Amino acid sequence: MCLAVPGRVLALSEQDGTTMAEVDFGGVRKDVCCEYVPQVSTGDYVMVHVGFAIQMLDEESALKTLAEFDNLGILEEEFGDQFALAAKQAGMSNPGAPDDQGNGARP
Amino acid sequence: MKYLDEFSNPELASKLVDQIHAATSGEWAMMEVCGGQTHSIIRHGIDQLLPDSIELIHGPGCPVCVTPLEMIDKALAIAEQPGVIFCSFGDMLRVPGSGKDLFRIKSAGADVRVVYSPLDALNLARDNPDKQVVFFGIGFETTAPANAMTVYQAQRLGVPNFSLLVSHVLVPPAIAAIMESPTCRVQAFLAAGHVCSVMGTSEYPPLAAKYEVPIVVTGFEPLDILEGIRRTVLQLESGRYELENAYPRAVRDEGNPAAMAMLRDVFEITDRAWRGIGMIPGSGWKLSSRYAEFDAEERFSVTDIHTAESSVCRSGEVLQGLIKPHECEAFGNECTPRNPLGATMVSSEGACAAYYTYRRLDLPTPTVREPAGTRG
Amino acid sequence: MAEPDTAPIDLDGWVCPAPLRDSPTIVMGHGGGGALSAELVEHLFLPGFGPAAADVQLGDSAIVDVGGTRLAFSTDSYVVRPMFFPGGSIGDLAVHGTVNDLAMAGATPLVLSTAFILEEGTDLADIGRVAEAMGAAASAAGVRLVTGDTKVVDSGHGDKVFVNTAGIGLVPDGVDLRPDAAQVGDAVIVSGDIGVHGVAVMSSREGLEFETSIESDTAPLHGLVAAMLETGARLRVLRDPTRGGVAASLNEIAKASGVGVELTERELPIPQPVRDACGLLGLDPLYVANEGKLVAFVAAEDAELVLEAMRRHEYGKGASLVGTCVEAHPGMVVARTGLGGTRVVDLPLGEQLPRIC
Repeated sequence: MCLAVPGRVLALSEQDGTTMAEVDFGGVRKDVCCEYVPQVSTGDYVMVHVGFAIQMLDEESALKTLAEFDNLGILEEEFGDQFALAAKQAGMSNPGAPDDQGNGARP
Repeated sequence: MKYLDEFSNPELASKLVDQIHAATSGEWAMMEVCGGQTHSIIRHGIDQLLPDSIELIHGPGCPVCVTPLEMIDKALAIAEQPGVIFCSFGDMLRVPGSGKDLFRIKSAGADVRVVYSPLDALNLARDNPDKQVVFFGIGFETTAPANAMTVYQAQRLGVPNFSLLVSHVLVPPAIAAIMESPTCRVQAFLAAGHVCSVMGTSEYPPLAAKYEVPIVVTGFEPLDILEGIRRTVLQLESGRYELENAYPRAVRDEGNPAAMAMLRDVFEITDRAWRGIGMIPGSGWKLSSRYAEFDAEERFSVTDIHTAESSVCRSGEVLQGLIKPHECEAFGNECTPRNPLGATMVSSEGACAAYYTYRRLDLPTPTVREPAGTRG
Repeated sequence: MAEPDTAPIDLDGWVCPAPLRDSPTIVMGHGGGGALSAELVEHLFLPGFGPAAADVQLGDSAIVDVGGTRLAFSTDSYVVRPMFFPGGSIGDLAVHGTVNDLAMAGATPLVLSTAFILEEGTDLADIGRVAEAMGAAASAAGVRLVTGDTKVVDSGHGDKVFVNTAGIGLVPDGVDLRPDAAQVGDAVIVSGDIGVHGVAVMSSREGLEFETSIESDTAPLHGLVAAMLETGARLRVLRDPTRGGVAASLNEIAKASGVGVELTERELPIPQPVRDACGLLGLDPLYVANEGKLVAFVAAEDAELVLEAMRRHEYGKGASLVGTCVEAHPGMVVARTGLGGTRVVDLPLGEQLPRIC
């Protein structure tokens, strides 16, 4: 549930004593109530649900997350357990994994 | 849309899927709480990409599905009264009450309107001072701030002909109720991202500790869901059970303080009967006494409600993750999105509707029985 | 009568044979172009008409043989609200809609009738604008408005303006486009961006207003169809995906022809503003109305030829190959998602509603 989408604040205004913003969703624009994000400024991104900004969108965090996804697997391939990786890919059990008594585990 | 479309990137999805496969050796059953997450999973075919040993149990996070039958019947009773403009989110329109739904009474002449935001309903009230405008305030914690602000404004601006029919439900008590159930198979939770955007994460570490289940706050786009699953698998494989935030761009530990302050003012905790599940104590919100004058339940005397749930419908078991939709005998037979017996077949992210709409192809063919009544 | 977008009833999801058992009265969904509309025709109108409707054809228009000459005959009514929306008006839809129904049969549209039901109290200036729009659209499309009718209803009983147009066109020799003609292996083509008209109309609808650059794609398609026919390619079926969107049209054709349809989501031409608007409201572009697009089922070997001809035409610039007909799951449309999973693209029930969940 909770269809909330990110949009960029274009302009802030006051309507009936309430902070409102014109928010841009990549070409589609809608008026959104920003009472819950008092710290918002023009140019910020907010998460919008049923006409309300319910949280700021942390752009830095978004980009970091995408970069992390992109780097997934790279570090492991460089430094990781190559046997484990190969075994997994071959659908076999890892020859270097600890047995039931916890013996033989690789550091 | 920026910061949305990137999270559907197929190459990155592939990497996440590979990581999940690489990390999984055990058999794990995890529950995604939120109906929007269920919708996304089925819509994009995410469950088809996971290792067979991972089972996604679809949780009761569809506020449409769990809105108590009695509340739907109250909504219908109010909407049928003359001089009432009844406003609702589109999701609620076809949810079956005891024999009727909002859509049907609309075609019988009731003034039922779909709105995008509760503020639209407030504006309708201001534009139609001679009518009673009622808004159906359902939803989880995500939607509560919007409903709260609307009532707050109604009081501040003096809009006496507006009222709210409140039926909010809360996630943490639901998680506890699910874990307390003797037939529970859930080993981890993908927590509802946008609920946590509002409420923060503080309610979850105690649950994780008490029930020894990983709880990973997860978003809604394909990459978000895959990442939530990935982190959950890592916890399960290493025997950890902690709260993790896999949706940091929209969720902060402290949540949204301004929204939470408004919620404390406008709502108070109440017991709520979840449709298909039963009474979960302290699992809902109702309007606080300060705003009682805007409570539609008080304003309209809707007593004498006799609810009649379908005897065939097993949506409760589906909501608790005890059966899959296609395991219900009525699935695809008497119960289809065309003629839903329970809310899980109506709501676009009810598990039954999702399975029927997107998945009929892969499921074992439901047993087609001879129709009751004559044919020809 | 030629009800657009109808198909044999899907009995899979049905148990009780009693028609329209859901409701004894008309509901909005009956006009949605989906399953409910189809049922109204199949279980109420046709049985009611009895033997007089023995020759009814359930495509966009009916082909009538008049002494060796084949005429296409179609009718459509327009009840759109609001009357004026970005990119056009009910007048444009009224002309283009019937012109396109004729065009989907491969016919050259010749003449249209226009009938109005007007609500008492409607601004004469508004009706004037609608009439002008119709005249302009008709001239641009090369059709004549030859006859018509006007009725007025009490205030509160109309939606300001209801327009019906009926049209006659000439079907060239050798052209035979029918909804049941699709074959396994056929290519599925759309003529351009989808979801445009529906978003344009929604953006001006009360309660949902949002600003967008999207304007309705309403357009006459008979020129595009003529260009496609000229290639000599083996065209099987043409359909203009209006109410119910591309999803409705593909489902109807799949059922009528008894083939399965497989779509590749990544190939669907969906403009970013349509994606964004649908994302905002929780809608699926496959179910959003189009008024200047067509879907075509073409013999696979002729697909490239047809695409080239389409892309050279004003109204086919964005033509894309989006799917194929398969033997599996006959009557069903299945899409391969961006992530490589699959999902069924069902026949829409009634109108799509914005959702919060």
